Amino acid sequence: MAVDMRLPTIKTSMSLSVPAAGRKDLVVPGDVITSDTGFMRGHGTYVDEDKLTASVAGEVQRVDKLICVRPLKTRFNGEVGDVVVGRITEVQQKRWKVETNSRLDSVLLLSSVNLPGGELRRRSAEDELTMREYLHEGDLISAEVQSVFSDGALSLHTRSLKYGKLGQGVLVQLSPSLIKRQKTHFHNLPCGASIILGNNGFVWLYPTPGQQEQEAGGFYTSLEPVSLSDREVISRLRNCLLALAAHKVLLYDTSVLYCYESSLQHQVKDILKPEVMEEIVMLTQQKLLEQEG
Amino acid sequence: MATAQVSEAEKVYILHGIRDDLRVDGRGCEDYRHMEVETDVVSNTDGSAKVTLGHTAVLVGVKAEIGKPRPMIPDEGYLEFFVDCSANATPEFEGRGGEELGTELSNTLYKVFNNQHSLDLRSLCISPGEHCWVLYVDVLLLQCDGNLYDAISVAIKAALFNTKIPKVHISSDDEGGKEIELSDDPYDCMRLDVENVPCMVTLCKIGHRHVVDVTLQEKACSVASLVISVTHKGVITCTRKVGRGSLDPESICEMTEAGKRVGKALHSPLMKLLQQEESLGKKRQKVGFLG
Repeated sequence: MAVDMRLPTIKTSMSLSVPAAGRKDLVVPGDVITSDTGFMRGHGTYVDEDKLTASVAGEVQRVDKLICVRPLKTRFNGEVGDVVVGRITEVQQKRWKVETNSRLDSVLLLSSVNLPGGELRRRSAEDELTMREYLHEGDLISAEVQSVFSDGALSLHTRSLKYGKLGQGVLVQLSPSLIKRQKTHFHNLPCGASIILGNNGFVWLYPTPGQQEQEAGGFYTSLEPVSLSDREVISRLRNCLLALAAHKVLLYDTSVLYCYESSLQHQVKDILKPEVMEEIVMLTQQKLLEQEG
Repeated sequence: MATAQVSEAEKVYILHGIRDDLRVDGRGCEDYRHMEVETDVVSNTDGSAKVTLGHTAVLVGVKAEIGKPRPMIPDEGYLEFFVDCSANATPEFEGRGGEELGTELSNTLYKVFNNQHSLDLRSLCISPGEHCWVLYVDVLLLQCDGNLYDAISVAIKAALFNTKIPKVHISSDDEGGKEIELSDDPYDCMRLDVENVPCMVTLCKIGHRHVVDVTLQEKACSVASLVISVTHKGVITCTRKVGRGSLDPESICEMTEAGKRVGKALHSPLMKLLQQEESLGKKRQKVGFLG
């Protein structure tokens, strides 16, 4: 039993990379991007007295004559092929509604899931009636964005064995801007746990599954107790993720793993203390820089 | 009340973790999250404090006004509580959504302070039967991430510690009427003795164990919890059961014991911190709401 009470401290940024102030492509609301009238006004900008001005804080992107500002603090704007982790909020006719941290709930059609027992089979009326048995409200899934509707809502699919319902583990909700886009977002980390870094900022940590579980196609969830050692690794990873996110470090397998390694000298519950957090993130950034150069 | 959705498998994971005394964030069953306390954050109150516990954030302001004592207890002042659930905390509180929780919390606070031990109410009396100080304790929930009771009680204790009530002098004129004079010196003020102000400890029954300082996800796995308010000596001033489920007498006893132990341990670091902050005085850079 311990209570850790303290006075709040002012957060200072501690980055080893290029200071943000020196970068021209980062803007805050009200910054004039250009006074040249030859450009077109894109998302995140407005025209104020013939000057193109940013309306959100973020990075300026230029495509030919079109200028957009991509906001840093934002909801998830999905693109086809993105890996997402989401939570079922509703079961409807032939579809599930999924919360994916985007502006509108995403949909998962009954026709875009793999049903147990066979890859390809017709979806009968019976399947429609038993939809809640496969996935019900509150369940977590991993999926891929299949298409984007005209209003920005996402259509998901789980037609691969790596996607599907998620079993035991921990969900960490972070900002989607912090997830680095990579070839694969599924990682079996060497420290003994697996991670799904959803593009939507939802990160799923779970014990590395055995061979037979993987083949079950995601519809069998094991409710066997997870061993204490696995649990500790998962808790440590969770706290590391939060520490990295608090200091705005881009998340991908290497950064998470380096952070995990730097945190090993501390107890799991101490990682979230501000000074420990700072130390760990500092070490991680150093390691990342060393690896790069 | 703000709730989090949790799937069956996640629940199983949380339950087994608590059984093994290793929670999702690495804490044991009787560990608190990291807590930050700052006093004197709102300038137009007589005393204020802001407490953050994980992602839970509570702001408490204390205002002193001169009022009439209650007829039954003419020589004591009194406290008034009000809890405001801001829609900033969770969209559920929008409109009148937070009203129910607000009344529940303020009713609990009335019960917690309704005794002789917690605060010396006599010191709030100006002239018996005529004038007394009324302390309006306003609580504002800024963010909800579980364990509101504990955070609120710590914030109230800190805010009461910070409260400075101006000294008054009573002078009677020739016709026997009394006049109240406020001291001109703003530093000439009275402080409250908060030594005995209780802190609340919420114990959640999850599986066969009870857990302190639950997050919203853990709360979703529990059916019932017990709120206990404990003074620094270990005197229990109030207990309340919250939640739909039931508790058997045996576990209530166990939980009360644990609550007493945890509650007692909560006071000394808090008092130490408050005194440390006080001794730093104006040298300390204020963090406030933007830090």
